[in-house]
Amino acid sequence: MSAAPIRIFVPVDAAALSVGAEAVAQAILREAQARDIPIELVRNGSRGMLWLEPMVEVETPDGRIAYGPVVAKDVASLFEAGFQAGAGHALHRGPTEELGWLKRQQRLTFARVGVTDPLSLAAYRALDGFKGLETALELGGAAIVEEVKASGLRGRGGAGFPTGIKWKTVHDASAEQKYIVCNADEGDSGTFADRMLMEGDPFLLIEGMAIAAVAVGATRGYIYLRSEYPHAHRTLQRAILKATDAGILGDSVLGSGHAFHLEVRLGAGAYICGEETSLLESLEGKRAIVRAKPPIPALQGLFGKPTIVNNVLSFAAVPWILTHGAQAYADYGMGRSRGTLPVQLGGNVRRGGLIELAFGISLREIIEDMGGGTLSGRPIRAVQVGGPLGAYLTAAQLDVAMDYEVLAAMKAMLGHGGIVVFDDTVDMAKQARFAFEFCAKESCGKCTPCRIGATRGVEVMDRIIAGQESPKNIAVLRDLNKLMTDASLCAMGGLTPMPVMSALNHFPEDFDRPPLPLAAE
Amino acid sequence: MAGYRPWDQDHARFIVAGLASLEGATLPILHALQDEFGYVDPQAVPLIADALNLSRAEVHGTISFYHDFRTAPPPRRVVKLCRAEACQALGCEALVSGLARDHAIAVDDQSGSGEFAVETVYCLGNCALGPSALADGELIGRVDGDRLAQLCGLTGAHA
Repeated sequence: MSAAPIRIFVPVDAAALSVGAEAVAQAILREAQARDIPIELVRNGSRGMLWLEPMVEVETPDGRIAYGPVVAKDVASLFEAGFQAGAGHALHRGPTEELGWLKRQQRLTFARVGVTDPLSLAAYRALDGFKGLETALELGGAAIVEEVKASGLRGRGGAGFPTGIKWKTVHDASAEQKYIVCNADEGDSGTFADRMLMEGDPFLLIEGMAIAAVAVGATRGYIYLRSEYPHAHRTLQRAILKATDAGILGDSVLGSGHAFHLEVRLGAGAYICGEETSLLESLEGKRAIVRAKPPIPALQGLFGKPTIVNNVLSFAAVPWILTHGAQAYADYGMGRSRGTLPVQLGGNVRRGGLIELAFGISLREIIEDMGGGTLSGRPIRAVQVGGPLGAYLTAAQLDVAMDYEVLAAMKAMLGHGGIVVFDDTVDMAKQARFAFEFCAKESCGKCTPCRIGATRGVEVMDRIIAGQESPKNIAVLRDLNKLMTDASLCAMGGLTPMPVMSALNHFPEDFDRPPLPLAAE
Repeated sequence: MAGYRPWDQDHARFIVAGLASLEGATLPILHALQDEFGYVDPQAVPLIADALNLSRAEVHGTISFYHDFRTAPPPRRVVKLCRAEACQALGCEALVSGLARDHAIAVDDQSGSGEFAVETVYCLGNCALGPSALADGELIGRVDGDRLAQLCGLTGAHA
């Protein structure tokens, strides 16, 4: 046994912690001490194989060996079996990099997540960290914008607007103050890629935002983070402090003379703040009421100044693009969807987690091959893609490719890349009712179709579920959905009909119900 | 969740003054007050309005818009249970009805004893390991009826 401590990795990602990673880490420290085995415990992000969490890795001469899912009471037997040398055990999964689930992926944005200690600047630099920012400083504003445009990167928040065009608008605007705002209000159910990235590689987001600041001449930035993510909040705050101390943020980014000051701001439990204008209102300290567009935020954004508002994953894609070149990024993907998409697989699925792949893979490959079907073992009945405002698809529709335009053509959407699997116990009329209920709770209230329509929608669905005059009420439901789609101010009211109509059109049998017996109480 | 200090107007004024120079200071101030006292007392409204040169209506409007901000002291223990789609797919609604059936607890009940409350939250970002809950700032995955009862302090066991 050599004197060098053995490096053991236990994730500090919130999902891993949610199933006991902290207790595992403590047990490993205790056990190693009791056995007098020198170890260095590294708290990394998650590799994204969430069904294997807590997944412990041991560094060996043959690479890192994975064990999972480990609970605290397994730790003694792991040491007994010699896991500190990568030996066999019932939880032994083999070399991490060789695991099929991971090997199949194309990790550009998530290359470091799960590999490194998220708060180690040295580890970040050792794996190409800040190379994109250094390149950006050499290129200068206009050339950075051209590079981002050429990469074909589209906003990963859901709308898919070309990032380079947004950046160019802000670049070309003249103002004494411009802002960079990161939309980290990842409220869509079924999505957690932003969270994993912020917890697992926060310097990447900081680097991406700094590149944006240099590109358009902005000196202040905010990360608007949802309050439901306390772990990400702590990690980001510590990362910003470290980056500021290291001269990456502050008065002179990497000594370039460009100033960029970055702060995290917490939301307060309002889903609507994921809509960019509502987010800006919230950052200004107001009720998060959606603004009418135009003016677009790129020209009149935060405090009326030109502002880039991008999702976490959009900023996080930029350092790779500048390091490896726009063409290298654009070589991934299909059609007008270029690059990679971090897909999040959740709900009733056996092997859920984060899968980063070039656009174009089919839903079926993701759910069946990688996900292994449902957790309950029952047949898949419905899959919701793109969050609470995304469509429900049937098990027969899963051959569709993950691509913005292909999904849009079937009246579905990719959104932020969340996939939620339901088994055959799901009641699609209740899911449709929930879509309205959620909209009614989370509507900002500015426009009538959304504010009133959502409540009327709950009422109509209650009548349909009770079997009252189904044909008439379904006609009302279709009419209401058309109105909300056509007349709502933003995506909240405008897209709530998408899950509702897809449920109605794809699962009509759930809407055709016999009358409930009266006086059930 | 326990251990908040009682509302103290002078201390609240001190917190407000410390943050008033931030751009868009309202939400940071409200969070800081709630972190300190567990809620934002209505007495804070004129304090914030004065410090930020806003109308009381604007401050009240902001407080009332967001689900997070409380205007009365919180229960001693709050468990936030995710009830969004990914957790629905794994039976979070059965947990809600189980609480009602086995423990006579209504989720989002405003008339609680002040001891504890179970509140709805939409998505904790743990969608592959649901159903999920957040208690004392800790995220908990794969929550079942027993674990939820334990989080609520209804059983003494510590798994």
